[in-house]
Amino acid sequence: MKTCLVVDDSRVIRKVARRILEDIGFEIAEAGDGVEALAWCRAMMPDAILLDWNMPVMNGIDFIRRLRQEPGGDQPRVVFCTVENDLARIREALDAGAAEYIMKPFDGDIIASKFAEAGVI
Amino acid sequence: MKPEDSALVAQLCAARAGLNVDPDKTYLLESRLAPLARRENFGSIPELITALRASRDDRLAWALVEAMASSETEFFRDRQPFALFRDDVLPTLARLRGGQPIRIWSAACGTGQEAYSLAMVVEDQRALHPGMTVEIFGSDLSERALEKAQSGLYTQFEIQRGLPVRQLVQHFEKAEDNWQLSPRIRQMVRWRRVNLASELNTSGRFDVIFCRYVLSAMVEPMRQRLLENMARALAPDGFLFLGQNETVNALDEAFQPVSGRPGLYARNPDYKIAA
Repeated sequence: MKTCLVVDDSRVIRKVARRILEDIGFEIAEAGDGVEALAWCRAMMPDAILLDWNMPVMNGIDFIRRLRQEPGGDQPRVVFCTVENDLARIREALDAGAAEYIMKPFDGDIIASKFAEAGVI
Repeated sequence: MKPEDSALVAQLCAARAGLNVDPDKTYLLESRLAPLARRENFGSIPELITALRASRDDRLAWALVEAMASSETEFFRDRQPFALFRDDVLPTLARLRGGQPIRIWSAACGTGQEAYSLAMVVEDQRALHPGMTVEIFGSDLSERALEKAQSGLYTQFEIQRGLPVRQLVQHFEKAEDNWQLSPRIRQMVRWRRVNLASELNTSGRFDVIFCRYVLSAMVEPMRQRLLENMARALAPDGFLFLGQNETVNALDEAFQPVSGRPGLYARNPDYKIAA
């Protein structure tokens, strides 16, 4: 079973995303910020990461840049999931190594479509 | 809705556009007709139907059929047909046609996502096929759908269903809360209202037709006419794309399935259409 780390400071968003991704067939781990997410990844790299942008401690864009420097950190397919919806932000995420980008609000169809596009399902 | 009202709606849709509308699906009927009733200043759907019966208003009847014909669509729907188009069909036609225009028809294109998906593929592949020229046509029964298609303006929800983010970044601009296709892509597509159930005069004009999820939405007797229209509209060496689980069974002498390419059919060059 593929693993997905859901990184978001909102417990509600994590719960919704978990339910959708479990239905698609992922085993889910959760983190509330970038630091917690990095710790997860150092312990075990997931196949995919659903990543919020604005979070306390370490935000999503700093997290992905740090992740890509970790051993094996180039492996996870990262899908941003954020309220940030400017083209400049999207380009920044892609330049940092994101495979796909979801603008909140989202639903199950959008997550499935973006994860398929990211090549992780 | 009263059964006789639902039956009238189904009858109108079948007679005018060959559409198969199940009169028992009252929720679907009501969800489509309620906005129409509001737009036309009726207090309710029964009032709309009563007016239609009383006046035999042709414009109103068409508005009703168009409302029932509208369907959900998305960019790069099913993904695979667009990969086939990009990797097989477009290179083949670019070679065969040389500098002659490759003409592509997105039939029943709804709000335009299919036609624009094809335009984006063509634009992204242009460097691989120097000298290639492509003309894309989108048609639908619904004027309202075509107006939206022509605007190239889509909601955030719509651009997240099926559209890869790299295509969004490359071909769209932000327009307040919505997203608009670049003028370059918009200018690649021309739009026209077409009723696929009528006799079409489009002899051999197209090299590729995307006609997906139309056959399956039609009443049985209309399927053969639709396929005859497609056969007539296609060049002898043209290609037809159908939706998943749709077949050319109603006119299988006119098309050959392309081996290993589900949903893709080649026009049988020997098939002759009755005058």
